[in-house]
Amino acid sequence: MRVELTVNGEPQVADDVWEGESLLYVLRERLGLPGAKNACEQGECGSCTVYLDGTVVCACLVAAGQAEGAEVVTVEGLADGDALDPVQRAFLDAGAVQCGFCTPGLVVAVHDLLARTPDPAEADVREALAGNLCRCTGYEHILAAVRLAAERGGEGRS
Amino acid sequence: MRPFTFVRAIDADQAVAGYAREPEWAMYLGGGTNLVDLMRLGVAEPGLLIDVTRLPYDRVEEAPGGGLRIGAAVRNSDLAADPAVRRDYPVLAAALLAGASGQLRNQATVGGNLLQRTRCGYFQDVTKPCNKRRSGSGCPAVEGDHRNLAILGHSEHCVATHPSDMAVALTALGATVHVRGRAGERIVPMPGLHRLPGDEPDRDTVLDPGDLITAVELPPLELAARSRYRKVRERASFAFALVSVAAALDAEDGAVRDCRIALGGVAHVPWRAEAAEEELRGGPATDDAFRAAADAELAAARPLRDNGYKVPLARELIVRTLAELRDGTGADASGGTP
Repeated sequence: MRVELTVNGEPQVADDVWEGESLLYVLRERLGLPGAKNACEQGECGSCTVYLDGTVVCACLVAAGQAEGAEVVTVEGLADGDALDPVQRAFLDAGAVQCGFCTPGLVVAVHDLLARTPDPAEADVREALAGNLCRCTGYEHILAAVRLAAERGGEGRS
Repeated sequence: MRPFTFVRAIDADQAVAGYAREPEWAMYLGGGTNLVDLMRLGVAEPGLLIDVTRLPYDRVEEAPGGGLRIGAAVRNSDLAADPAVRRDYPVLAAALLAGASGQLRNQATVGGNLLQRTRCGYFQDVTKPCNKRRSGSGCPAVEGDHRNLAILGHSEHCVATHPSDMAVALTALGATVHVRGRAGERIVPMPGLHRLPGDEPDRDTVLDPGDLITAVELPPLELAARSRYRKVRERASFAFALVSVAAALDAEDGAVRDCRIALGGVAHVPWRAEAAEEELRGGPATDDAFRAAADAELAAARPLRDNGYKVPLARELIVRTLAELRDGTGADASGGTP
């Protein structure tokens, strides 16, 4: 089947999509956007987190057909050219990246959190990121990155 | 994954008619957070997948006779954030927020949440027998890993639990489920949608093949404004309930005028604690009375070898939840974590 959708502001068409493919597969394998990662494939780890029509979801559990006509924003769509999004900058500055596999999903999830709650309490951050697993860092540097991004405020945040 | 045909329904008649043409192989698809996973695991093998998320059932509105009418395609996050739900039925908002993760709540729909399948490990593992997945193949959980499974209402054929938090709140509130089937519309009460396993554990609900949930209606219920959901799980977030309690309490001058209690994580259905409610109405609103009421409900418990801990856990959770409602203490409506 054909799936037409908007990804990072650009209209995209994927042809010969098999019904059993996920939105994640379409993004990675058909549209050449490998930012969202394929890990657990069951909605547990959050490494495939993307915006779908304005809310963050696990792209691995979205059937390709359900993305027809949708507006998708992936981690590739957060930076403005070479200028990183403040959340990406905060992850770098806080050293919140180790192997990096969970990072794109976390960046999108944090981007969503701070867009809704610019100054979240620690408990709110932990709850908001409960669906994103990191097996390297122990989360402390990730939490520091969220605090840093929040402290820097909305300046330049897309 | 087995090959299948994907269609997107634009109205309920089209969806129901589409199902009727392939009754052996059709399934409705909501948010997909459970079904897509089960398809990948080989547990669900639809030949026709009918996407019902674009049907015009995406609104929360006042019901004709008071109360709230919630469209079946409303996303769990949107329902939890709805001002009327938060004000008049805080137990429902808290139950929704206690379930899954933010990403999954953004995807999951009300109708799909009600019809999600058990997370019993044997059900999800196609290399193991399971009476729910393959009728007559046996239930390894009875003698196997059943630490998190049922203590009430189970049978020798199935000891699975219903995983939904939302459904526990809806059961306490006495919601009704609006269903469109081949014979037209009908209303199924909660409790009453889900069924005990008996000797047909493959049937989770009383719905017939092709029945489509279109809405859930909450009755006007004054005491629901004082209600809450408490959930005990193995970690602070993003885990299914070991035991959960949805409760509403109307107490005045130290006496219980009315109450609603339902339990999650203990049975094949969201479990309405009618015996406890009966025991409480008109009696004193004391911790001792709450404990006696919980004991009255749990007298029917038949714990398995390794899940006896759920009986005292459920008892103390009932007592604590009612005491907090009486005293106005504990987590607010947005919480839900003990």
